[in-house]
Amino acid sequence: MNLHNPSPEKIRELGKAVVEEKYGNLFEMYEKITGENPYETPMKIYPAVHYTMGGLWVDYNLETNIPGLFALGECNFSDHGANRLGASALMQGLADGYFVIPYTVGVFLSNEIRTPKFSTNLPEFEKVEKEVRARLEKLMNVKGNQSVESFHRRLGKIMWEYCGMARNAEGLTKAIKMIRELREEFYKDVFVPGTMDEFNPELEKAARVADFLEHGELMCVDALQRKESCGGHFREESQSAEGEAMRDDENFTYVSAWEWTDTKQEPILHKEELKFEVVELKTRSYK
Amino acid sequence: MKLHLKVWRQRSAKDKGYFESHTLEANEHMSFLEMMDVLNEELIQQKKEPVAFEHDCREGICGTCSMVINGQPHGPMQKTATCQLHMRSFKDGDTIHIEPYRAKAFPIIKDLVTDRSAFDRIIQAGGYISVSTGQAVDGNAIPVDHNDASKAFDAATCIGCGACVAACPNASAMLFTSAKVSHLALLPQGQVEASQRVLKMVRQMDAESFGRCSNITACEAECPKGISVENIARMNREFFTASVASEE
Repeated sequence: MNLHNPSPEKIRELGKAVVEEKYGNLFEMYEKITGENPYETPMKIYPAVHYTMGGLWVDYNLETNIPGLFALGECNFSDHGANRLGASALMQGLADGYFVIPYTVGVFLSNEIRTPKFSTNLPEFEKVEKEVRARLEKLMNVKGNQSVESFHRRLGKIMWEYCGMARNAEGLTKAIKMIRELREEFYKDVFVPGTMDEFNPELEKAARVADFLEHGELMCVDALQRKESCGGHFREESQSAEGEAMRDDENFTYVSAWEWTDTKQEPILHKEELKFEVVELKTRSYK
Repeated sequence: MKLHLKVWRQRSAKDKGYFESHTLEANEHMSFLEMMDVLNEELIQQKKEPVAFEHDCREGICGTCSMVINGQPHGPMQKTATCQLHMRSFKDGDTIHIEPYRAKAFPIIKDLVTDRSAFDRIIQAGGYISVSTGQAVDGNAIPVDHNDASKAFDAATCIGCGACVAACPNASAMLFTSAKVSHLALLPQGQVEASQRVLKMVRQMDAESFGRCSNITACEAECPKGISVENIARMNREFFTASVASEE
């Protein structure tokens, strides 16, 4: 049924069956989560930040800056605009998997065809194993009083408050400071139960939250640096009189690729210029 | 709401398991996994070992969460994975038994976590299409009957969680394997490798020591995605046809 913006009368006339045919799955999901029947109660919908709006830097072959490490799908930045529409993740997963990687990974492998199988006794392996062990030991040995989950929640709250859909310089600056303090507290007072040499989901979670504490900070640093509003990033300082998002193409027509250093230094910004050849940059109007 | 939990604890596959009792204050808006999070938070506060359980997307699409709740894989709500089950399905004062999936082919790793890699190996045996399909053709160039497309889609919604195995008294993996066979067998892309696929996947399934199907259909009743046992009939048909034609 090819109906667009039907009147309330028309919707009632066609009845529940038509809505069900089109949105049945979604409505069922909604009811499961909220416990409210969306056929009878208005749905509560709110905008939310879509993850990080980006991922690992890759080249056209989807190879990261670590040779031989390819990143496919939504974990790379390649097809990301400044915003994400529904099902973008699926599209990118399929496109990268079907059309890019089968051709590009072969190029890498063809150069390795004569490389013999490595032994895991090589010093490189030992070095990495030592590093990983040290990182995990560091988490295990804090032996503090607060759970990993509690740090995750506090970080989430900071991100929700200050790095949500609308952000401003003051809030972001505050958030960066708060995350740094939280990270310090994490390494002083986190408690990871169990041991390192068993199946330990809490240790795994601790390693993830340690990453999130760096990643969350980077999201704030990036949002602070990009003074324009663009896509899912709405800088309150950059809006029109009617409250619409205002881009600054003159200064920000680039992708920000951040290089990780370590947490003691600021991350390094690499600008990837955006060049438009077939289409031209325009402002989307929702009016 | 106050809940009495009887949670299965087991350090490893070799150790003996037992039920551990907890009383917990929860609220009806929590999902079942959030309730488990609250339990773990309390255990960690007391410097005790939290209950190991699996979870990932918490949106009912990844198939990671498992658990048998009061004797039912994924709990009392039909067509719902544990992560989407909410505490409003329970009453104040309820006693809830929480156990891992129990099947020889799914050995326990710890507490409620089982090793379900047997499913991965069934998929690796043939649950894919390896023929190159070339450039994308026009949408209408290969007509697919609407009914077939719907059935293939329904089969493809299997999230591979293993509830079918846990529900089956024989711990059979027929529903899972047949869903994966059906979804490809119903579509033109799947035809080239169809007979090899079904033979390889069924053989792998048997090699993983899953039980036989005896048409109890508890699998369909407990499946969070409502996968139909019709797929089992289809796989049997595919399997017999392929066996007769096979030169092996």
